[in-house]
Amino acid sequence: MTVVESPAVRLTVDGRAITAAPGQLLIAACEQAGVYIPHFCYHPRMRSVGMCRMCLVEVDTGRGPALQPSCMLPVSEGMVVETASDAAARAQDGVLEFLLLNHPLDCPVCDKGGECPLQDQTMAYGPGESRFTEEKRHFAKPIPISDLILLDRERCILCDRCTRFADEVAGEPLIGFQDRGSHTQVNTFPEAPFDSYFSGNTVQICPVGALTARPYRFKARPWDISETISTYPNAMGDRVSVHASRNQILRLQGVDSEAVNHGWLSDRDRFSFEAVHSPNRLREPMLRDESSGEMQAVSWSSALSLAAAAIREAVDAHGASSVAILGGAGLCAEDQYAWVKLVKGIVGTDNVDARMGDGLWADLLCALPRASVADACHPGGAVLLISGDLREEFGTLYLRLRHALLNDDVALVELTPLETSLSSLASVSLRARPGDTALLTEAMLSPQRGESVAGVPTKALAAVASMLKRRPLTVLLGRTSLAESPAAVERAAILLARKFPQARFLPLLRRGGTVGALDVGMAPGLLPGRVTLASASDWYRSAWGAAPEARGLGTEEVLQAAAAGKIKTLVLLGADPVVDFPYSRLASEGLSAVSTLISVDLFNTASVRRADIVLPAAGFGEREGTHVNVEGRATAVTAQVTPPGVARRDWQIAAELARLLGGDLGISSPRDAWEELARLSPLHSGASWEALRTDLDGVLLQAPPPADGEPLRPEALRLADLEPPEAAVVPFDGYSFRLVADRTVYDGGTVVGNCPSLAAKARPGRLRLNVADYERLGVGGDGAVVVTSSAGSLVATAKPDDRVPPAVAALAQNTAGGDPRLLLSPGDAVCEVRIEAASLT
Amino acid sequence: MARFERRKPTPAEGLEDLIVTSRRHSPDGHTLEGYLRSGGYEAIRLALGRSPADVIAEVKAASLLGRGGAGFPAGVKWGFCPPGVWPRYLVVNGDESEPGTYKDRLLMETDPHQLLEGCLIAAYAVGASQCFLYVRGEMALAQERLATALNEAYAAGFVGRDICGSDFCLDIVLHPGAGAYIVGEETALIESLEGKRGMPRLKPPYFPAAIGLYGLPTIVNNVETLSNLPFIVTHGAEAFAARGAPPSAGTRVFAVSGHVRNPGVFEVPFGVTTFREIIYDDRYAGGMMGEAPLKAFIPGGASAPWFFPEHLDLPLDKAKVDAAGSMLGSGAIVVMDETTDIPRACHNLVRFFARESCGKCTPCREGTTWLEQVLERILAGRGSRSDLDMLADICENISPGLRWPPRMTTICPLGPSAVSPISSALERFRSEFEARIPVRKTLAVKAAALR
Repeated sequence: MTVVESPAVRLTVDGRAITAAPGQLLIAACEQAGVYIPHFCYHPRMRSVGMCRMCLVEVDTGRGPALQPSCMLPVSEGMVVETASDAAARAQDGVLEFLLLNHPLDCPVCDKGGECPLQDQTMAYGPGESRFTEEKRHFAKPIPISDLILLDRERCILCDRCTRFADEVAGEPLIGFQDRGSHTQVNTFPEAPFDSYFSGNTVQICPVGALTARPYRFKARPWDISETISTYPNAMGDRVSVHASRNQILRLQGVDSEAVNHGWLSDRDRFSFEAVHSPNRLREPMLRDESSGEMQAVSWSSALSLAAAAIREAVDAHGASSVAILGGAGLCAEDQYAWVKLVKGIVGTDNVDARMGDGLWADLLCALPRASVADACHPGGAVLLISGDLREEFGTLYLRLRHALLNDDVALVELTPLETSLSSLASVSLRARPGDTALLTEAMLSPQRGESVAGVPTKALAAVASMLKRRPLTVLLGRTSLAESPAAVERAAILLARKFPQARFLPLLRRGGTVGALDVGMAPGLLPGRVTLASASDWYRSAWGAAPEARGLGTEEVLQAAAAGKIKTLVLLGADPVVDFPYSRLASEGLSAVSTLISVDLFNTASVRRADIVLPAAGFGEREGTHVNVEGRATAVTAQVTPPGVARRDWQIAAELARLLGGDLGISSPRDAWEELARLSPLHSGASWEALRTDLDGVLLQAPPPADGEPLRPEALRLADLEPPEAAVVPFDGYSFRLVADRTVYDGGTVVGNCPSLAAKARPGRLRLNVADYERLGVGGDGAVVVTSSAGSLVATAKPDDRVPPAVAALAQNTAGGDPRLLLSPGDAVCEVRIEAASLT
Repeated sequence: MARFERRKPTPAEGLEDLIVTSRRHSPDGHTLEGYLRSGGYEAIRLALGRSPADVIAEVKAASLLGRGGAGFPAGVKWGFCPPGVWPRYLVVNGDESEPGTYKDRLLMETDPHQLLEGCLIAAYAVGASQCFLYVRGEMALAQERLATALNEAYAAGFVGRDICGSDFCLDIVLHPGAGAYIVGEETALIESLEGKRGMPRLKPPYFPAAIGLYGLPTIVNNVETLSNLPFIVTHGAEAFAARGAPPSAGTRVFAVSGHVRNPGVFEVPFGVTTFREIIYDDRYAGGMMGEAPLKAFIPGGASAPWFFPEHLDLPLDKAKVDAAGSMLGSGAIVVMDETTDIPRACHNLVRFFARESCGKCTPCREGTTWLEQVLERILAGRGSRSDLDMLADICENISPGLRWPPRMTTICPLGPSAVSPISSALERFRSEFEARIPVRKTLAVKAAALR
């Protein structure tokens, strides 16, 4: 594609000639040229409204100078701008005076004091004293507008930023202006709180202290805060600024990274720092007392030597394959690399898996041409969404994509089992009945006869086909539900990649660094750099001294092997299979059967409670390193506080274990680990430690073409070598329901549960049914139903939900409303359930 | 309270000179029957026989200036629709709320079919097939009459599909406002029609003709403007222009109120009649109500700078009034006699604007309320001498330079409108404000008394 560069626009600002991009707003062009124009309502990521009038400047476009708001005015050739002329300065002074009329001077007790644009600009531009002798406007101070956010309308200067964010960016216009004139106020609608997943962003962009969030209120003063730019370890790798004081993280602010989150964060991530300082954090190593079965605190040296002994004994007695490591998705790439090197290079087993059974085929994800978020949001493109609801699990990706759909002519095709938050913006929504994902993809790729395929009209399929002919395709590829076999999605992906060789794929695996973990080989059969054991074991054997001989086991196989007594020592890296693995019975059986269960974790989770040796690890904010997001974008993670108690960083634990096992990782800092990784893996070679720390957007990992004289590097995975898995199509009988086990952002997860501000938001999940189905079932007033599958049954509370299509039942995983995993059995393509009204009384 | 003498129209009065208020005194002028009897719905038949471009040319030639306030030529405005963008909308601005203005209400109440026919002609000319009649919420009778008229017109085939046997179709929707003055501003009106909060839109685009309702080309015309169209189409641009003094062509309807003997709505030749005539002539307002002579008058709605006795001989002509430093605006003439308490009148007007500010732009939202508060303090005898300079200074921050036409620090002219009465009054009647300011008496205190 050729990009036609329009010539730059030339204009004069304060007597200086500058150039700007055509269509650029004057205020942005000036800022780029180093001329700051004061403003309150203008925000580069939102539509200009020209409300505050602070950015008035004198502009002459040939008809004489006139005051114009620079946030609304696109640059034009020959424009002459005076930002500080007498007229402009007078207008700005006047606006500031007006803004301050009713603004309470409670800066000493205002959280914004010290970082307040109104305060700063009053200092810089405002009049020295007030001429306003009247009574200021009064409102009840602060009123809660949601569980998290408080609003002080006296401080509000009505800049429309929060209301614009809620409406334009988040698409949840729950706050708006009420009344008029000087009585105008921002407020919620009666009985409807500002319950948005993204409400915290409004606090961040509020130019005064009108909006405050409970977790930070009265906690600190800005001048006492130290901040570093870091990366939140979620799937998007949102760039954040971590604000801490006295060894406590006090808040996270989104950082405007063009490539990643545009400054936004979801509330779940923004306020999750509370968990860092939770009293429930593991503070010291613990050992299960053999006689009493109680956990007892021990020293690191004894815990580690016992752990090393357990590993050594298993290897000696039963071979390296009797050791397995699960988890590690939440770690930094350096920690992941250290564990991979320990397990694959020193212990010699390939039984490593960062996925918790809810992922996708690792080889496939490594082989598919990887898309960036920018690819997905590229104007004129098409996005095929095969996943659950982005809003629940990929908050900032949801915001980015929503913006692109609304503003940049991106067409969305949904292939999802339920209606999602983007359905209203989708060009075509293909409601795929669970189990039919692959079938519908095939139908989409070849012309169809007849009225419909699997309940989807052929017309809709043809519309998708013709759209994909015209627009470059990006596939957002994730699990549609735990209850649908991953083979369906994997088959769909391969078929799509074969039909559209130019298509790019963005893997949507929910657990923070899962995709990054696969990139460093944290899966059976893989080695660092998206290469296979088959092609790269020699390469790594020469570097590490050893490498696994044979392909190991994935999480499901590990747990099966464990249940069969074949895994003796199992190490969990922040993994909680008891809660997260799709087949809870298998997880329980597996963990019970291993001889030694070692858990490296932050919290005392259900799986940790079964461990024999517990090693406390450092978490977000406490460790330094690199995060790799779903795009394969590496960004810096920085440490701001020390871990609680004697908790250690994962690479330290791995290095220590290596030493005790008689090896040497050769890693004495995260930087060592990254540099070794960058040396060995061509994929990681382009990202230097320094570059990651200077570039806000980080580095998109890409293997450079081999240079002359370079030793022959391991061959990358080729898509052509992968055969599409068979996806069994279970005929739809029309009597039973198909289960969708989806996710909700405020679930019973460890992080949410340990954040006082978020925990209350977790609600028991409901069995969501189509309205007609719900009525047909004749559910009683308490909504109680019994859900039965071939694997088991549970009692849940049913709820009609028009986002659920007929004959489908949806239940979120990991909530207090019933565990859908009880209904799943390994190997099933879909989960068919029978639902009967029951009475709990 | 003096009762106004209602003057009955005399048959001798030149009804033939009237264009838009000719059916005003006809008892059934507002019904379809009455309208048809007096030549109604002939103009649309004539228009349909001509090409839209032809109709636009006719209206352009008639130099029909917008009657809503800004006085922009209607035919020219129609030409701003970008070619090839469909659909287009016609929106009727019936949100007449400028203090002292009540001419559109009269037109809607007494001659709703004339307005509907005007809509048909305008929609045909610009190629709109959907028209929204936005009528101020408080005007119950106007809404009732328009609703009845719409039903009659639909039933008779004048509105709806295949109008008068042609292939021209137009749907007209009556939309009541919710009581905000600012919605008289055309972009705020469009926001309100879209179901949003009535706040003016950013300019550019300067005219909704390019990007208006639902982002599509939209022509917004005033009720009186549209009511002139049947006449222009039937009698031609020349006959229309002959009624006035071009470029102030045709007639204009003025609402005269205040201290006059016979307040009311009067249609006069545009650009010919003088203020003196319309205020003092027995055919019109009939002179001052009592003994007191005229002190000042507002020539064009509460937003307009005031005129004084020396301006009485100016003709009601857009160009001449503009040149004299005010505007004909919405056609409301408010007369104040010598008994008028100027600071109180001023406060009254400013209070209106402060309450009606939509709250969007800071200078207007905060500034108008501040002006009101300071005036209130002065009226209560708690003002200080520096307050007068401060009033002027606040005005200057809303409308830099205090010039006419105003320069603005705001999006729409509502803020500067509140400035007009204050700057007019302070300029001419500063002493009346000063008289309200208590003189601080300095007490001679003997040093011994302090001990």
